[in-house]
Amino acid sequence: MAKTDVKVLGAWPSSFVLRPRIALNLKSVEYEFLEEDFGSKSPLLLQSNPVYKKMPVLIHLDKPICESLIIVQYIDEVWASGPSLLPSDPYDQALARFWAAYIDDKWFPSVRGIALPQGEEAEAELMVQVFEGLALLEDAFDKCGQGKAFFGGDKVGYVDIALGSFLGLLRVAEKMNNVKLLDEAKTPKLVGWAERFCSHDAVKEVMPETDKLVEFAKMLRARFKAPAS
Amino acid sequence: MAEEVKLFGLWGSPFSRRVEIALKIKGVKYEYIEDDLQNKSALLLKYNPVHKKVPVLLHNGKPIAESLVLLEYIDETWEGNPNLPPDPYERAQARFWAKFIDEKCLPALWKALFGEESEQEKAMEEALQNLKMLEKELKDKRLFGGGGGGGGGGGEESIGLVDIAANFIAYWVGIIQEAVGAEILNRERFPVLYKWIDELLSCSVIRENLPPRDKMLAYFISRVQAAKASK
Repeated sequence: MAKTDVKVLGAWPSSFVLRPRIALNLKSVEYEFLEEDFGSKSPLLLQSNPVYKKMPVLIHLDKPICESLIIVQYIDEVWASGPSLLPSDPYDQALARFWAAYIDDKWFPSVRGIALPQGEEAEAELMVQVFEGLALLEDAFDKCGQGKAFFGGDKVGYVDIALGSFLGLLRVAEKMNNVKLLDEAKTPKLVGWAERFCSHDAVKEVMPETDKLVEFAKMLRARFKAPAS
Repeated sequence: MAEEVKLFGLWGSPFSRRVEIALKIKGVKYEYIEDDLQNKSALLLKYNPVHKKVPVLLHNGKPIAESLVLLEYIDETWEGNPNLPPDPYERAQARFWAKFIDEKCLPALWKALFGEESEQEKAMEEALQNLKMLEKELKDKRLFGGGGGGGGGGGEESIGLVDIAANFIAYWVGIIQEAVGAEILNRERFPVLYKWIDELLSCSVIRENLPPRDKMLAYFISRVQAAKASK
């Protein structure tokens, strides 16, 4: 399959864009990364994702697929000969889908809220939510992975990708707020998992450096605070 | 081993009904347990500690929650009449639209019908836009389809994931509109969507798994009155 058959539309700072890239790496699928300018939306993006106008978009054989976790499932199903990302057992699969949905729908908004804060009052409440979520995920880690290295067991899987893609944002939140969110005292399993995830071959070449992300976050914050011109 | 399938649900919940429809299409025998809202039954808190909500399915003692997760689980577990098509691209499309319904359509519709007055106009606009997008996706199909047999000959003729996920739009919106005295969804604005509603509600497996209209209407009317009384 030619490299140009598979394209990912995205931008380097986005946690969501990391997901299809990690998934494709795990499947050893070559792809073309079409970098979007964070400030504007390219005609290709608008054409490929008319409903949300957001990245990432996977373009496979000229057909667009949108929504990061839906893309990951698509990648898993198309390149079925590679290592599977979702468990084969229906119950474990449901558990994986459940936790990925929890991460995106419930936990992520709190993390984003403290990484790119809107106001001090909300922040304290959000901080509590982030910690509560981490406690739940610490508990889920063994349920999903059965005590092994990853949520996916011996290998990186769907939930690892869903949660792991937010580690950059989590580190930004830690730096900006001067607080330890992934704390060995509170969530030791997650701390160990995070190190393993970030050092995985499929992840380390695409995971952005924390310093760069912090700079980017500061730039975004300044942009939000600047008066409309 | 005898299989044990239990569903914790709520008679009026579209999410709960989604799961019932999926189970019925597959011909899965299950025990239905109505959740006692007043006391948030201890069993529900045990089986869904994260969200504390219905529907929750208990399959041979193992709990699963979240209706869209359950629709996929049901497809994976029991053979025949799948609600998702076999092709990965079509599966991705079905998942996309089901998610769109839950993340965009439902919240906008709910806010437009029940939200604070100041939010209603904006929510109304958003709801209309979302419904237009959904209608565009239907094109000239009778159903969103993609299913393998429940109610038709397969493919676009059969009830699929998106049809099941859109049950709120097909049935609940009309009832709530009547209770609230608003109109977002009507035949003039959305002829294609209405044809789909007619088609969907003509399928017995759907029709037989909806809460009775008068009971549902009475419920929403009393909600509206309670909201007015508290102001």
